[in-house]
Amino acid sequence: MNLNPLKRRESNGTLAKFDRRAFIVEIRALVALAIIIIFFSLLSDKFLQYSNLVLMTRHVAMNAILAIGMLLVILNGGIDLSVGSIVGLSGVVAGYLMQGAPIPFTGQVAYPNIWAVLVISLIVGILFGWLNGLLVAKLNIAPFIATLGMLYVARGFAKLITNGETFTKLAGNPNLGNTGFLTTFAAKPLGIPLPIWVMIAFAIVFSIILNRTAFGRWLYASGGNPRAAALTGVPVTKVNIRIYALSGFCAAAVGVLFTADLNAAIPNMGEFSELNAIAAVVIGGTALSGGRGTIRGTLIGAFVIGFLVDGLVLIGVSVFWQETIKGAVIIVAVAVEEIQRILERRQKLKSAS
Amino acid sequence: MAKKETIAIEARGVSKNYGATQALKSANFQAESGKVTVLFGENGAGKSTMMKILAGIEQPTSGDIYVFGEKVSINSPVEAQALGITIIHQELSLCPNLSVRDNIFMGRKNLKHGFINYAHEEEVTRQVLKQLEEIIDPKTKVENLRLGLQQIVEIARALTINSKVLIMDEPTSALSSTEVDVLFKIIRDLKAKGVAIIYISHHLEEALEISDHAVVLRDGQIVANAEVADIDLEWVVSNMLGRAFKEQTHKSSGIAKGRDILEIKNVKILERGIATSKLYAVEDFSLSVKAGEIVSIYGLMGAGRTELMEALAGRDDFAHGELLLEGKDVTKLSVQDRIKAGMGLVPEDRQRDGLIQQMSVGSNLSLASYMSHIKRGFVNRATEKNKIDEAIKNVRVKTSGRNMPIESLSGGNQQKVVLGRMFLTNPKILLLDEPTRGIDVGAKGEIFDLLRERAEQGLAVLFVTSEISEALNWSDRIVVMSRGHISGIYKPSDVTREEIMAAAEVKKEGVRA
Repeated sequence: MNLNPLKRRESNGTLAKFDRRAFIVEIRALVALAIIIIFFSLLSDKFLQYSNLVLMTRHVAMNAILAIGMLLVILNGGIDLSVGSIVGLSGVVAGYLMQGAPIPFTGQVAYPNIWAVLVISLIVGILFGWLNGLLVAKLNIAPFIATLGMLYVARGFAKLITNGETFTKLAGNPNLGNTGFLTTFAAKPLGIPLPIWVMIAFAIVFSIILNRTAFGRWLYASGGNPRAAALTGVPVTKVNIRIYALSGFCAAAVGVLFTADLNAAIPNMGEFSELNAIAAVVIGGTALSGGRGTIRGTLIGAFVIGFLVDGLVLIGVSVFWQETIKGAVIIVAVAVEEIQRILERRQKLKSAS
Repeated sequence: MAKKETIAIEARGVSKNYGATQALKSANFQAESGKVTVLFGENGAGKSTMMKILAGIEQPTSGDIYVFGEKVSINSPVEAQALGITIIHQELSLCPNLSVRDNIFMGRKNLKHGFINYAHEEEVTRQVLKQLEEIIDPKTKVENLRLGLQQIVEIARALTINSKVLIMDEPTSALSSTEVDVLFKIIRDLKAKGVAIIYISHHLEEALEISDHAVVLRDGQIVANAEVADIDLEWVVSNMLGRAFKEQTHKSSGIAKGRDILEIKNVKILERGIATSKLYAVEDFSLSVKAGEIVSIYGLMGAGRTELMEALAGRDDFAHGELLLEGKDVTKLSVQDRIKAGMGLVPEDRQRDGLIQQMSVGSNLSLASYMSHIKRGFVNRATEKNKIDEAIKNVRVKTSGRNMPIESLSGGNQQKVVLGRMFLTNPKILLLDEPTRGIDVGAKGEIFDLLRERAEQGLAVLFVTSEISEALNWSDRIVVMSRGHISGIYKPSDVTREEIMAAAEVKKEGVRA
């Protein structure tokens, strides 16, 4: 029971400090990234090679795209645990359509062209995200629970569609006019893999959405103080539904990219990737309580996680240690901020008495 | 002056700052054992802050607390309890999901062989409720009790703790007059046992009836101090208000009153927090507000004014009745649609319901009218900036720029931001709940001047206040509410402060009891 709302507010610090703090967190994430780069480049001369940087950034990109969707949800004080499963489901849907989808009752099989495949896969992701949004915003189910349920539902569907197997015939058939899935979605324009381009595009588009549209302003407002936002006329329910739909959209995009990248639609694809996305958002200085966070910070967070993991692989650290170290980095990243907050509060009390 | 050894608790030179606002300025306060000390003061005078400091909920920015002559630092309510200090909160601090018994014994161990001794707890609960002359089953969940009974439970909890200092912050706001009589009987018993009681109430006469010593706070300072036997209501009122207010004369808005903007018809609103019974917080409330008119609603705590404002804003439903805006029924509209239709809302709690703490002054200002800057999906930052700067100038916000954090502003300037934000939506009527709560005297005047300016341009204004002087000085019509009903409608020029107070204390048996 919080008998003392004012005190709690005080302990969060004034806004001026908070803003500076957000800035420091971002800087700190950048410093962490620099340390990771320096550390691994000293231990391995491969680390800074162009081809390795591109490879690592491609890994980062997949997580970063998910993290951008996750950022929207966390900005509103929510959480989306279902994105990893939606990656798997959309990927499988894409694979299923490329294999040929039987049309019920007609005995015929449809072979949609790759753009139709893309659109349908994205719609599947948006739909599941939108369902998350309805559960959270309309039925008031806690985001953690609603999206946890959707995590299992979406994964279950993915396995049902493939019957637990993997779709590997994704090349299409020139006679059916559905070729080009791999050449298009695993393309390398200017020698840089498509996921990186998509990451850049998403980062730009979502930055504009957050900073230049009414939706963006509403999101920051309702994440900061939903009561006040609602009383000011912000359609908080609508915003809440849309962010989950957008998160589902981001996950679906990753699903298609992943499938093309692997040249296979695997129902287990994307498992646990929601956790990496959350980690990226948090390391990037976004408050889980909502209202504060940026695309820029989230991207830095994704790079920290991605480069760390790939660097550990590169220098030959065992898989078990990789996970332990990743976990420790996440905790330290957040703990440092909290420790600083406690120290500042202590100092304030000391100077007051 | 009291003898040293009988002083149970004392605050010496206590100050408390919340950001830029000074809630208490080097205040000295003491309460004697076996006496009831009443603390008077308007809203925002610092009464609750003082009590929170004595009860360990807040820590003073400077100054010392002495309990029975010993200097102490009370860092939490638990530490306060260990020192024998108990508080009955103004806002209920009960867990609605738990039973009466569990609430009364919350935070205390009463073990037998390592397990909770429920039988004993129930017995104690039954006894204390009997003392309070209420028949409530100790196993009833608190959420199933009406507000008045919840307050009884809150009081019962304090009574089961053998405290030496008992602080009562508005203990009677939801009680019926018979319940108040019972409470007073108990207070007299406690006095006889030597408990020091600190009593806060807006019901001035009631407070004078029960207390021995009166202290008046104004703007964070103790301004008067007397034995209750030597004073009367007028002494209290004049000390509470001070000079500054008396000199102000009523300013009536010049323009002829236009058509009806807002019509409230036969409204009933259910009391909140009760799952089972059908009790009304507001009953048979009808009122219309004309263009260019400023109407105030005055009432004491628990009169139903907050419930009325919440329902008018669209946050709560009418159990009965309708709301018309320029003749159109808006009863069913959501908060957002009401704002779009031309109703501006200024909530009571700025921090909780008004401001987005993470946003700048400018973003807070433009939030309600943000859509008007959107062209083809994107915001036109230039027009937004212009509007914000214009608003900062119009509502006279003192800030070094629109990009400053909202928390860098004083309470008064924050309130101007909330007000300015609503002005930017070009409302037809503005509904304000305690528009000057917790802001200093100067800013109060400015807020009302702004409302007056707008009213002269045709805006209808309806505001709720718990300060009579505000109603008298700034409105064209005063509606007094008591226990959920309108108990009088007055013109400020032909009514006295005493008449308003009398109307606010009208007791309607049966409404709450």
